[in-house]
This record gives sequence, structure tokens and C-alpha cells, in this order.
Amino acid sequence: MKIIVCIKQVPNTSEVKINPETKTLIRDGVESIINPDDKNALEAALKIKDENGAKVVVVSMGPMQAKEALLEALAMGADNAYLISDRKFGGSDTWATATILAAAIEKIGDYDLIICGRQAIDGDTAQVGPEIAEFLNIPQVTYAKELELKDGTVRVKRFCESRDYEFEVKLPTLITAIKELNTARYPSVKGIFKAYESDEELVKVLTFDDLNVDETQIGIKGSPTNVHRSFVPVKEKHSEFIEGNTAMEKAKLLLTKLYENKLIQSGGAK
Amino acid sequence: MERAKVNQDININDYKDVWVLAETVNGKILPITLELMGEGRKLANNLGKKLAVIVPGYNIEEAAKELVEYDVDIVYYVEHELLKDFSTLGFVEVLSKEVKLRKPEVLLVGATSIGRDIGPRLAARLGTGLTADCTGLEVDTEDKKLLMTRPAFGGNIMATIICPKNRPQMATVRPGVMARAKKIEKSNASFEKIIPDLKEEDIRSKLIGTIEHDQKRVNLIDAKIIVSGGRGIKNKDGFALIESLAKALGGEVGSSRACVDAGWIDSSHQVGQTGTTVRPDLYIACGISGAIQHLAGMSESKYIVAINTDKNAPIFDICDYGIVGDLKEIIPALVSSIEAGEFTL
Repeated sequence: MKIIVCIKQVPNTSEVKINPETKTLIRDGVESIINPDDKNALEAALKIKDENGAKVVVVSMGPMQAKEALLEALAMGADNAYLISDRKFGGSDTWATATILAAAIEKIGDYDLIICGRQAIDGDTAQVGPEIAEFLNIPQVTYAKELELKDGTVRVKRFCESRDYEFEVKLPTLITAIKELNTARYPSVKGIFKAYESDEELVKVLTFDDLNVDETQIGIKGSPTNVHRSFVPVKEKHSEFIEGNTAMEKAKLLLTKLYENKLIQSGGAK
Repeated sequence: MERAKVNQDININDYKDVWVLAETVNGKILPITLELMGEGRKLANNLGKKLAVIVPGYNIEEAAKELVEYDVDIVYYVEHELLKDFSTLGFVEVLSKEVKLRKPEVLLVGATSIGRDIGPRLAARLGTGLTADCTGLEVDTEDKKLLMTRPAFGGNIMATIICPKNRPQMATVRPGVMARAKKIEKSNASFEKIIPDLKEEDIRSKLIGTIEHDQKRVNLIDAKIIVSGGRGIKNKDGFALIESLAKALGGEVGSSRACVDAGWIDSSHQVGQTGTTVRPDLYIACGISGAIQHLAGMSESKYIVAINTDKNAPIFDICDYGIVGDLKEIIPALVSSIEAGEFTL
């Protein structure tokens, strides 16, 4: 059993701030982390490895710095790691990224299951997983909150707003994980030694030349979508503070204002 | 199967009409469909093209027929027993064939958990781009291309995305953001049935069952009044206070992500970038500091009230009325005044 997990190194967006003068993102000093949903994807694979035995291979596309994320995944218990990195891959949108990752996964080969996080916190697209599945011509189940392997099939409970669906799919297939799927483990001491103290180069780098990928379908030129412009959302509102000596005074004044604006009726609900 | 490619020098002028993919559950049309139709009408008018809605399902004629009463030009319904329940590949199979045949210029899909499953797979099969979770759509007045605006970096930045060389221009659209289509008196919409060529082996997944969510469904999207609690409510019991105010006002209970992550309340109450986007008439934020991820989901509310002990909390920058104070005192005062009807002066 070979499970490939796709992970992305992302800036911790909850720490990202906007420079109010230049209206640009302040990225200095913002830590890089493994994308949270991807950690759930990795945990799901490691759990299968613990219970049934499996080889867990982690794959990440990004700059050389993304090696850190792969080392962390190795420390958590993954067996092999591949960094997919090349200047030619820069500027890829989800189509181009999925094209490259699908080519890398084909190169690694012999997989039974691919698990991705549902979406990354920097782009929030949730598109790369399903696009990889299409390019590899395998079925997909997204938004997985429960997952169980059984006789060459996988049973997945997938979240939906109105109700959940339970699907059974034959392997090989691609699953995307949401945070409800599990709680990711921390790296073990043994794992940390193995990943960070090894003399061997544990992360194998694959470049454009290593992959069977069509150059017209990757990078900026191969991306069907482009960023036309980006801007910082501006919210300007005149805020009025409700003053009063007691909580009751403030409460009554607020309710009067709401009543005047026809948001509530006297005596309660609208 | 040969995979699709992008940038194949297609003739863009071959593509016409704005399409909306309807979403249904148990044969019922979901509100997101009307939101997409409302927005689709605006785009179709600006492009000088027709607006069509496509409804895949089984025994779906009656539900699809209801859409004819709205401001739309064509309602297609795709009728097949294998489309009774949701499956990624069943829906992608029929939709990709219809899109290739009829060539819409724009295709809008709801950014629901289903739309975000079908959308990217469909775009990948068609060989076109897809912009995820859009909150704004416009037609470029110069060259008529679709400008698709969406939040990124947790809502810290907005990006406008284009898909210049490939068709259709596809977007998933965030629920709760666009205004719903209206019914019109005299509709000339055509109503067309499509019988797709779909086989069981196309689907490649087996539906074992559906599990209804056991809680009473929280309807944040339709709520006129929402009272939300944040980290400042301190613990699980704090939601009793939030609930008391919501009940007194006849509103729903919302929450920031912090409370959901802390396990104080179910995620179905979560408002914000990773929760539900809401635009009620009145949003009362209690003990919510106003992280950008939360603001992304509620800043379009008509009136915002903020109650917080920290007068520098960012929520006060975007509220209409702010109260600096302890919610444990303010909320009971609000509830007793409402119940006594004492605020009418």
C-alpha cells in the first residue's frame, strides 16, 4: 500500500498584517507552516500506516524553502519526501500546479491512495486536489471527515452543508481532508532525529527535466487564469459609540437607536 | 482518455450565453441557485447575451419549472436516474458534454462543498480556468472579459482574476453574497429537457447513504438578525447569554472561529472566511475583536453593533454602533429592556 500526500508550505495567514501606509501584505517575520488541512491529510495517511501498514510519501511543490515542510512531515512519520521545484513552475495557477503535481505523482508511481488537504489557507481555492484527480483519471471524494479502508476500497464520509454523504470508492482514488477528519500528531523525538539529524539527503528534488510534463501547460504561460489586479479591502464606516453611566443606560440608548432605524420593534422581535 | 489542454487558440466568439449551474438537494433547488441567477442576469445584460440555468437531477422537471418564473432566458433540465444523488463524476460527465456542445461564455457554480467539488473537476476536463469562491463579478467595459474578484490570504487581500484565453470563464461564487433573482410577471423563458448519455460505470463511486445533520439547522444566510459570540464570551456557558439576546430579538446565533475551535459551539454557527458569509439587517458582535477573517464574513451586514471591553478592538472600526463594556452586564440589560419594551422613549 502506497499513499501519496500532497502538502503545501504556507504563511500563517492569521499572523499576516497589512501595512496601513503602503496597503501591502507584511510577510516579514510571518512563520511558514504546513497548511493545516494538509496536516490532516498526512495524519490520515499515517493512521493507515499505523493500523494496516503502508508507505507514506509526501510531495510538495514550491521553492527550496518548502523542504522544511517536508522534513516536518518526515519527522511526523512519513517515509519518503519529494520536493517539486523549478523556476519553470513559478507563477502556476491551480490548473498548472495540478498538471505538475499529477506528473510528479505519475513519476513516483504505484500509488493506491492520494490524500490532499481540502484547501490551503493562503489561496483558499480547494481546486488542486480535484484537478489532480482529473488529470490522473481517478475518482475523487472531497471534504472527507471520516475515512476507512476495506478490501481495496475506501469508505469516506464527506461533509455537505445540508447533510453528509457516505461514498465507497475503489482504489486508486484521491481524497481531500477537512479538519474534522482527525487531529494531527506532533513529530516524535525519534522522528525528529531521523528527519533532521540524518546525514543522508532525505528530500528528493524533482525538477522540470525529471517530469513528463507539457511545458505549454505550466507556469505563468500555461495558466488559464491570471491576476488582473490585487488590492486591500477598504472599509470606511462612521462608528458611533453608545455612552452611558450604567450598562442599562447603554442598553436602552442602543435599543432606541436600533428602533429608530426600524431594525427592531418596540417590545422585542421584528 | 486524453486529458484536456488550455491555451489552444480557441475562437472565443464561438462562445455565448451566461450559464448558472443549479444545485439541488432531494429534488429541491437551493437558494444559491437564485443568487447565481441574480448575478448571472447582470452579467448577461452587460455582455448582451442570454442567461441560462442548467438543472441536473432525476424527476427534476417540476423543481426546474419553478425557475421559469424568474428573470432568466433558458432553463435546461438534465433528467437521468443516475443523477438522483450527488456524484462528482456523474455530474461532471453530463455537464462537460453539454458545455462542449452548447459553448457558454461564462459558467457560474455555487462555492458550496458540492460546487467546489464539481467545479474544479469540470474545469480540468474542459481545459479552462476556474476562479474559486468569488465575492464580486463584473464585465470589463472595454473588452467584455469577466473580472472575478475574490479574497485571498484569509481575506487580507482581494484579487481580481481573469481567464483571457480559455472558455467558458468559470467561477465558483460564495453563498450569501449575491442578491437573489426576482420573479417576474411575464417570463418568456424557454424550458428545455436534456436527456444525457450517462452510464453507471461513468460514476466510479457508490453512494452508501446520507446522514442528515442532527442539530436543528442553523439558517444564518436567511437570518435578518444575528447575534454572534467571540473569544470574549470566555467559555461555553457564555453562549447562553448570546442565545438569550438572539431569542429576545428573534435572531440566530453566530460565532467566531475561535469559539468553534475551542469546542464551545458547533461549526454550523461559524461566520467568516472559513464559515458562512452573512448579510443580515442587524449583526451584533459580542466579544468579537474583529479579525479580518471574521470581518470577511459579516462586513456587508446592513447594521453592525459591537460590544467589547477593548475600545481599540478592530471591530469598532467597522461597526455602526459600539458599546465599550462587559457583555456579561450589557447583554442582560438589553434582554430585560427588550422584554419590558422599555426603549421606545
